[in-house]
Amino acid sequence: MSFIEVNNISKTFKVQKRSGGLKNAIKAFFKREYKYVNAVQNVSFKVKKGEIVGYIGPNGAGKSTTIKMLSGILTPTSGKIKVDGFIPYEQREKYVRNIGVVFGQRSQLWWDIPAMDSFELLKDIYDIPDEVYEENKNSLIRKLNLEEIVNVPVRQLSLGQRMRCEIAASLLHSPKILFLDEPTIGLDATSKKIVRDFIKKLNNEKKITVILTTHDMSDIEALAKRIILIGKGKVLYDGSLKKLKNLYDNNKYITISTKYKINIKHKGIISKEKVHDGYKFIIDSKLINISDFLSKVSKSAEIDDVEIENENIDNIIVKLYEEYEI
Amino acid sequence: MKFYISYFKLRFITGLQYRTAAIAGVATQLFFGLVYIMVYLAFYDSNSGGVPMSESSLVSYLWLNQIFFSLIYMFYKDKEIFDIIKNGNIAYELIRPKKIYFMWFFKIIGQRLSNVTLRCLPVLIIAIIMPKPYNLSAPESLLSFLMFVVTLIIGTLLMTAIITLYHVITLRTLNEKGITNLFMSLSDILAGGAVPIPFFPLFLQRIANVLPFRYIFDLPFRLYSGNVSVSDGLNGIVIQLIWFLIIVIIGNLLLKKSLKKVIVQGG
Repeated sequence: MSFIEVNNISKTFKVQKRSGGLKNAIKAFFKREYKYVNAVQNVSFKVKKGEIVGYIGPNGAGKSTTIKMLSGILTPTSGKIKVDGFIPYEQREKYVRNIGVVFGQRSQLWWDIPAMDSFELLKDIYDIPDEVYEENKNSLIRKLNLEEIVNVPVRQLSLGQRMRCEIAASLLHSPKILFLDEPTIGLDATSKKIVRDFIKKLNNEKKITVILTTHDMSDIEALAKRIILIGKGKVLYDGSLKKLKNLYDNNKYITISTKYKINIKHKGIISKEKVHDGYKFIIDSKLINISDFLSKVSKSAEIDDVEIENENIDNIIVKLYEEYEI
Repeated sequence: MKFYISYFKLRFITGLQYRTAAIAGVATQLFFGLVYIMVYLAFYDSNSGGVPMSESSLVSYLWLNQIFFSLIYMFYKDKEIFDIIKNGNIAYELIRPKKIYFMWFFKIIGQRLSNVTLRCLPVLIIAIIMPKPYNLSAPESLLSFLMFVVTLIIGTLLMTAIITLYHVITLRTLNEKGITNLFMSLSDILAGGAVPIPFFPLFLQRIANVLPFRYIFDLPFRLYSGNVSVSDGLNGIVIQLIWFLIIVIIGNLLLKKSLKKVIVQGG
């Protein structure tokens, strides 16, 4: 049996429908019209213990809703979830001892007091034994570089500092699973790196299962071997990042520096653009491979320098979204 | 249980920091206490007919009302709880391995006890040293004083259960105005917060006797001055406990039902 089993879950929200204007407002006062929004539709997947899964999709795709159902906050309209033998939304109080959750856009730390005081309260909330608490706290403070900031009132911390404290707060009770809902949103490069390295290490050392949602594809590249792509509430792709890349990553960006003029026509050359010291090509490597292309170019011109780039992961995702019309 | 106690402690300690609010509270209570007493005494002087409460027990009732005001008034809203309901941070309360109901219960009772701790003593002292007939007189007897203490403690628990229930209802209505305001003002009147219960017309007294609200502070305050007899007080304790249990159970059931329907949008 898998560690996390999500079986055909759906979540439907009832939303009040009303167009703007006074007339409609009065009308709605007497007769409410509702529409049903399917935030998540028949989503199924399984996750093994110790995996890191990237859960991606455009805004409003149903990512956060799924995370909230997995963490026992929301009850699915239909379908079943089983995590480590628990049904999250039915056995909430017992289940949540096993999980840590970070919502990037919310805060679980008390605003007016230093993070350390919040940690103390979390110790009581989770009934963490003294020794375990001290050990976890010290190692988290060391690994996340919190020595300087843990005694400052949370309202005075920068976003990056606060996020590191949030992550520490979610791990004090040694959870088996960590749900991260956009943990790097709004962070600078250094903070992102600290967060990513830390999550990676955590997964390696303690075999914590991590499910993260993000819009930052470099998070996914750095962390997740497996991704689940969701759009309009449905699972569109579930598999390795590498396979996804191979499927869509035929485009190569080739910049050639040359003083000569290049006139080349071949199937597979998607675009040619003159830049100040040469040309920029986009080619489809399925139709023309790189060495053929380069040998053709070198016949007509002397090449000073060449630079080959892969398709950017963001573009792959944009393409995917376009393909699925989400 | 240990957690709820420490949660209570945190609330209590945080509440004690607000000194200016406490001083302002004391001044307000003294002012209202004196005004109420003067109005009622003027009314007593000009009234030749029978009165439902003796002058001294009425004055004691009014002072006790002001001394414990921040603990017992029914129009209490916990801003933090309303905030997390509105902004969706309730998501973080739901991932804690604790009962939301009792987290709120102890938060509210901690807050209210810390408020009253700072405010009650100055008002109490001034009420005692006031010249007759404006002063708070001694309790009727040692026994009625003990009854007063016990019923006030149970009354505080009952008050917290009712206030917690109003906060639970907000989880469904998503807005603390409207129905919550209505309930809060009605319960304040029926508890005897505006006018002492003995001054109610008979039919309203009957209604108040059936409802839980008068068992919050009307019962202990009138026991203190002997306006309610000790044997009636013993009955009152039983009714207090029954209401307390009923309201806690209703609150828990309603919360459980509402949580199934919770929608946390965005982020």
